[in-house]
Amino acid sequence: MYTTDLTGKKQAETVAEDPKKLAAFEARVANDEFIEPKDWMPEAYRKTLIRQISQHAHSEIVGMLPEGNWITRAPNLRRKAILIAKVQDEGGHGLYLYSAAETLGISRDEMTEALHAGKAKYSTIFNYPTLTWADIGAIGWLVDGAAIMNQVPLQRTSYGPYARAMVRICKEESFHQRQGYEIMMAMMAGTPDQQRMAQDAMNRWWWPALMMFGPPDDRSPNTEQSLRWRIKRETNDELRQKFVDITTPQAEAIGLKVPDPALKWNAKRGSYDFGEVDWEEFYAVVRGEGPVAKERMQARVNAWEDGAWVRDAARAHAEKRASAKVAAE
Amino acid sequence: MDALATSALRLGDDSLVLGQRLSEWCGHAPALEIDLSLANCALDLIGQATHFLGLAGELEGKVRDADTLAYRRDVMDFTNCLLVEQQNGDFAHTIARQFLFSNYQELLFAGLTASKHARFAEIAAKAVKEVAYHAKLASDWVVRLGDGTDESRTRMIAALDWMWRFSDELFVMDEVDAALGIDKAALRPAWDRRIDAALAEAALERPSPRRGVMGGRAGHHSEQLGHLLSEMQFLQRSYPGATW
Ligand SMILES: [Fe+2]
Ligand SMILES: [Fe+2]
Repeated sequence: MYTTDLTGKKQAETVAEDPKKLAAFEARVANDEFIEPKDWMPEAYRKTLIRQISQHAHSEIVGMLPEGNWITRAPNLRRKAILIAKVQDEGGHGLYLYSAAETLGISRDEMTEALHAGKAKYSTIFNYPTLTWADIGAIGWLVDGAAIMNQVPLQRTSYGPYARAMVRICKEESFHQRQGYEIMMAMMAGTPDQQRMAQDAMNRWWWPALMMFGPPDDRSPNTEQSLRWRIKRETNDELRQKFVDITTPQAEAIGLKVPDPALKWNAKRGSYDFGEVDWEEFYAVVRGEGPVAKERMQARVNAWEDGAWVRDAARAHAEKRASAKVAAE
Repeated sequence: MDALATSALRLGDDSLVLGQRLSEWCGHAPALEIDLSLANCALDLIGQATHFLGLAGELEGKVRDADTLAYRRDVMDFTNCLLVEQQNGDFAHTIARQFLFSNYQELLFAGLTASKHARFAEIAAKAVKEVAYHAKLASDWVVRLGDGTDESRTRMIAALDWMWRFSDELFVMDEVDAALGIDKAALRPAWDRRIDAALAEAALERPSPRRGVMGGRAGHHSEQLGHLLSEMQFLQRSYPGATW
């Protein structure tokens, strides 16, 4: 997930907080009140949020790359326009989220530098390549689908600016999911070549999509605190189950096979049983060993470095304008 | 194709090829805000292309639709001007191309809104607002880059110098334009004023006069267009007849 805790470490609460303030804060959060930038908050809450929101923002930005890979090759004008609009939305999401994180006392440049230095994480899912047009369908349907599942509850997360950013973002995500499913649907109704591409994309994206929800609950050390702070509202395993339950019938409806021999409807639970995710692969991708992790980072770093002179020029021009204005007054 | 259909085709091809070029920036622009505004322009242009190519297909006789025209023609049948197919280069090149073209396109569409051909007027009425924004965006960046730093100024000068030879072609009139009832040559003085005003604000000199490079309207393009098309048309050509 864009927001899942990828540090894998238990976050130490090092700062000794004023117990009275802390109790008042905990009570407000437990009461589902919003915490606003000017409100007192424990340092660990601020740090966790900065990490989570910036990681979410980075995921939106890096997430532009795998789909951007197909914009110039989209199969018709309508699909091209939809894909540009979709990727543009993701950039907009990054923008809202960076702004939300900035209210916690960190600048966008600092966050960007942390990403480029490999210190900040982003969703593991974007370190997989997009090989055929069907991957664009699979990403919209599965990846945005998984993102929605995580983000809908975050509209009620405890930090006000983050919750409001999520409201704007969620409005757009359902369109992303639909256009992806529509691509898959069209391809499954198409030629044998198209069906082959669609099934191949399904085979490659299914497991990484399940990994988006993060490690299993028993290996997710910070879940409890995040739930208490309303930074997270459902556990990784709960969300993963929900995703499998919703997505499996969608796959079957268009003739796609879910690549999991253990997948089986469990009437007693009213849910699907499914196989074990390859967690070794997940942790490797978190460590930065995903198939195209280096390419993704290189693309971001290149864009940033190649664009430095443009940003410098804009800043220099704005400063000249401002001082000319002051001089004129 | 008759003259009116060809007019629609030219308008569509200009927007399509420039939209395709701009969309190459997606995810790679110098700043997030720039990424979003370039994507915006690309979207507008793809939308215009869809309308004009659709119209060209109708006028031609309803055999080819917008997608067929966009995806199933080869270089010789593309009628866009050479300016729009120029490679993105650095950001200054992209801006120089946009600056010269959008200022022309805005004047052209403004004129077309009064066309006696209602369908052209309708499309132009919506598009002229979009293009006015593109022209403003590009002109603002010409000023920023021209005025910004020594490096940005040097790059902006080089980019204008690169693109300048393709501007004459924009104003060439032939029987196709005559049939549409728009005098492109007459747009030039207004275009010159706009270009000069922005260059003056940026303290940049107008590139020296030079022989214009032409041929796009007749299907004689630069070497780049074939590469652009082979990328854009790859799926339609590899899987003919498939619906996506
Ligand atoms: Fe998003
Ligand atoms: Fe999305």
